[in-house]
Amino acid sequence: MIHTRSLNKDFGDFRAVNDINLEIGKGEIFGFLGANGAGKTTTIRMLCGLLKPSSGGISVDGLDIVRHSDQVKQRLGYMSQKFSLYPDLLALENLEFYAGIYQVPFAKALRNVEEIIDQFDLRSILKFRTDDLPMGYKQRLSLVAALVHDPPLVFLDEPTSGVDPQARREFWQAINDLAHKGKTIIVSTHFMDEAEYCHRVIIMQDGREVALGNPAELKAMHSVANMQDLFIKVLGVEDAKSE
Amino acid sequence: MPNLNRIRAIAEKEVFHILRDSRTLAIIFIMPLLQLIIFGYAMNMEIRQVPLIVDDQALNSDSRALVEAFVQTDYFQLVPHREGNLRPEDLFKERLAQATLSIPRDFGSQTQQLFLKIDASDPNSAQMIQNYATGIVNAYAPTATGGIDLRAQILYNPDLKSSYFFVPGLIALILVMICALLTSISISREKEMGTMEQILVSPVSATEILVGKVLPYILLGLIDALLILGVGMLLFQVPFRGDFLVFLLFTFLYVLTSLCLGLLVSTVAKTQQAAMMMALGLTLLPTLLLSGYMFPISSMPPLLQKITYIIPARYYLQIIRGIMLKGNSIQHLYQAGLSLMLMSGFMLMVAARRFKLRLS
Repeated sequence: MIHTRSLNKDFGDFRAVNDINLEIGKGEIFGFLGANGAGKTTTIRMLCGLLKPSSGGISVDGLDIVRHSDQVKQRLGYMSQKFSLYPDLLALENLEFYAGIYQVPFAKALRNVEEIIDQFDLRSILKFRTDDLPMGYKQRLSLVAALVHDPPLVFLDEPTSGVDPQARREFWQAINDLAHKGKTIIVSTHFMDEAEYCHRVIIMQDGREVALGNPAELKAMHSVANMQDLFIKVLGVEDAKSE
Repeated sequence: MPNLNRIRAIAEKEVFHILRDSRTLAIIFIMPLLQLIIFGYAMNMEIRQVPLIVDDQALNSDSRALVEAFVQTDYFQLVPHREGNLRPEDLFKERLAQATLSIPRDFGSQTQQLFLKIDASDPNSAQMIQNYATGIVNAYAPTATGGIDLRAQILYNPDLKSSYFFVPGLIALILVMICALLTSISISREKEMGTMEQILVSPVSATEILVGKVLPYILLGLIDALLILGVGMLLFQVPFRGDFLVFLLFTFLYVLTSLCLGLLVSTVAKTQQAAMMMALGLTLLPTLLLSGYMFPISSMPPLLQKITYIIPARYYLQIIRGIMLKGNSIQHLYQAGLSLMLMSGFMLMVAARRFKLRLS
């Protein structure tokens, strides 16, 4: 589904992302782990076309994301770390806008997200102004907005920061369901327990890959009991935030 | 190729923002009216009731008739004579008078000479006082000025009303300020909120974003122009001698140019505050000083004259004065119109380019 070849990103003298090679398959939930500044967000921003790599290549479904950027962009959904729906629009109008810029007729867009709207219990708030919604609802609405054009590839940049544990579990349930339907999910997080939901994770430090693989296998390989310990072990320091 | 559906989606969303944001609506409708009224009443450049001291040495029927001619106009007001012993310099220093008129003892019989001294610490007023005085003297005794009899006729604004001058100028000034503000704020706000990022991951291109943003504001800009024009005509009795459609067409071009200027600003400014400062800085003073609004371009130093070519209001002033006061039609104005078109095309292109560059 998505493939990167020795991906680098420099900001001046600073190398934010260093030689990342990934092969992520369809229907996979792939996690980016690491402390703040480890290069997760920079990598994700390159993968979804917001940043140009300094060197290396990225292809989605065999399409180079620079040369075929329009086709690639139509296939990906993105939920940014910062809440970024329009506060002065109704929830429904936000969805309508995103359907519009992906050229999906609104009725079809609503059918695309019908299921997740019900799952998230959002039907009753669609006529509310977005800035009147509580944080948890905003978060869920952001995910719905990223899905209106039914993209096969979904990027979630720290989607659960600032949300209570119950809402986080529900959120991950929805992510899991999306993956079951064949969507590829790329997610970054600094909650270690969330890594367990991922099929595979990459742990990054200073822009480099320090570990890559299935969470259970990684734990076995390093003989640790949980992701928190794995993290301490591979990074050598207590570098992660826990709940 | 820009995609019309995507442009429409962006334009529609922008309309929602405008309708729901009372701050923007205030900028659009209240600010022009306030400016029009403040400028309109503060920038009144006509001079009335200039304090004049007459030193009449002749005291004959001719001199009395002449003084009478001065007093009868609204332009001059006679200051009581007891101050007349002071020298003009002292009178001016004390601000007792702005002009003195000396009539020699043998006026009317031997000589036709008069002496007018004017306080030119404000040169504009001094110039006008001189014009008024010359006019009065000429009207009183056309032949008195000697062999050559020049009768100047002032066209388009025979009463030299300053409203004829500042209302068209204010339309030019207010439109460029508001339009540049609107687009620059609208884009930098999306950057600040992070919503721009959400748009940029979609297939929408830079041009589509910019065009979609500009479209609703073109309409607003035109409504604003009509509002200022209407209120200007109502409050200050400015004529409108040209064709209304020509006005709409050229005003559309000017609004477009101003909006594109705002787009350009938004590709430089990182925050709404910065965008606001930059948009105002690029429009307010340059338009006031370098468009030919306040100061004639022909009297500027050569370098400044060249700079005026990149001030959109330079062209629009020609257009709006031409339409309102002279009744110009398209064939008189197409050059200015073309310049505006070129400018907006150029700025839109640069803005789109810079917009893309920011991504890498």
